[in-house]
Amino acid sequence: MSAPEPHVAGERALRLVLPLAMLALAVATWHAVVQLLALPPYVLPGPGLVARTLVDDWGILSESLVATLVTTFEGFALAVSGGVFLAILFNLSRLVEYSLYPFAVILQVTPVVAIAPLLLIYLPQQGAVLACAWIVAFFPVLANTTLGLNSVDHNLADLYRLYGASWHQRLLYLKLPSALPQMLTGIRIAGGLSLVGAVVAELVAGSAGAGSGLAWRIAESGYRLNIPRMFAALILLSVAGIVIYFALAGVSHLLLRRWHESAVRRER
Amino acid sequence: MALRGVAKTFASGTQALDGLDLDVRPGEFVSLLGPSGCGKSTALRLIAGLSDPTMGTITWGGTSATSATHDIGFVFQEPTLMPWTSVARNVDLPLRLRNASAAEAAPRVAAVLERVGLTAFRDAYPRELSGGMKMRVSIARALVTDPDLLLMDEPFAALDEITRFKLNNDLLDLWRALRKTVIFVTHSVFESVYLSQRIVVMTPRPGRVFKELIVDAPYPRDESFRTSAEYAGHCRLASEALGQAMGGGA
Repeated sequence: MSAPEPHVAGERALRLVLPLAMLALAVATWHAVVQLLALPPYVLPGPGLVARTLVDDWGILSESLVATLVTTFEGFALAVSGGVFLAILFNLSRLVEYSLYPFAVILQVTPVVAIAPLLLIYLPQQGAVLACAWIVAFFPVLANTTLGLNSVDHNLADLYRLYGASWHQRLLYLKLPSALPQMLTGIRIAGGLSLVGAVVAELVAGSAGAGSGLAWRIAESGYRLNIPRMFAALILLSVAGIVIYFALAGVSHLLLRRWHESAVRRER
Repeated sequence: MALRGVAKTFASGTQALDGLDLDVRPGEFVSLLGPSGCGKSTALRLIAGLSDPTMGTITWGGTSATSATHDIGFVFQEPTLMPWTSVARNVDLPLRLRNASAAEAAPRVAAVLERVGLTAFRDAYPRELSGGMKMRVSIARALVTDPDLLLMDEPFAALDEITRFKLNNDLLDLWRALRKTVIFVTHSVFESVYLSQRIVVMTPRPGRVFKELIVDAPYPRDESFRTSAEYAGHCRLASEALGQAMGGGA
């Protein structure tokens, strides 16, 4: 790779500078509105106060952040492994697919907020939160991986048959690599969704005590009219979501950059 | 290898082949010539064992056996490479599928890549190659197991003329050097005459043998053959046969 051409570098800078400028503008407007209207902090805290709360309450907030992130990652890991495993199972056996796929769809279309209270009755709290994160996040992995496994190039499949490939050779050398782009799309969606699942479950669980996450912190701060802390926790959630998104996008790019059209930059 | 009364009807009711008789001798270069949809590709897939005939038999050297026991190289219409891995890994696939060790595979991969002139591109990914180079990789992959029989399904149909002529010449060189049996499916009269010793003209729907033409021009054939009166004569005969096979119409 040679150095990027000037106009490519310029475009890249624009894509970074423009959103940051918009963000700065929004924060400045927020600050100005709070100042001009002299809004009290329990109606709308200014950005300065929120930032200060973020620093002052870091002890509580960081603890909650870790709790939420742990649930998110556990749910995400289960969603990815469960989704890929089920997709492989469906691909290997049509009977299993016909038997189980409708239930996967039912789990997906039933709002998780409605399932969560029930889960809390039958599972310990941490288990219920994890189950919610999993239910929300596994379906995109399953659906996309299934699509990928079923879209193998027919000629390549014939080639494998010609050389008498065994089913595990077909799976490892042919189906999984060729499904990788779709699988990664599902995994990227699952990353964001497992955070959503964790947050929803925490809100529904609602009980106090050790291991309470950011969503619970937001609800609790609401009851106490501690609006600055609500904003601070919300910002942490957003940042967590953004980091997850970019981390997964980065992984996906690394895996596909040599061969997949979506990851290859074209010269014009 | 011989096909006797081979018929293939698809589940949709389409009768692709009916009563196809074909003999291929070891070391021969045979072309199956016919219009699109005349069952040439189906015949090739039957020979490869990728699908089973509805009727008829395919025998090898007098003994009836399944194709799986025979070493066959297949070159598809498209290069059919795995985009996620390098040229060398694509070429060594048939060996890997047969659980050959890396030490065993490496020299054979190097040798076939050398033969098709792609040694410098062994670590390139398919998308970095031109259409002609991809097809060379595909041919190298078909040759890596050192098969007796090479089946080619309109391999150069999608290439530009300059590349096609070049690959035609290279294929003839390979054939003369390795003495493989080649069955080459094409819808191009000119390509079939240039390459083969024998042309089997097929009728469309259902596919069967209409006529066999012998091209007795000696090898090596090169650009001077391509412009000779002899070549033109064979092309005219093949064109006429093809026209009659299609019922004079089209």
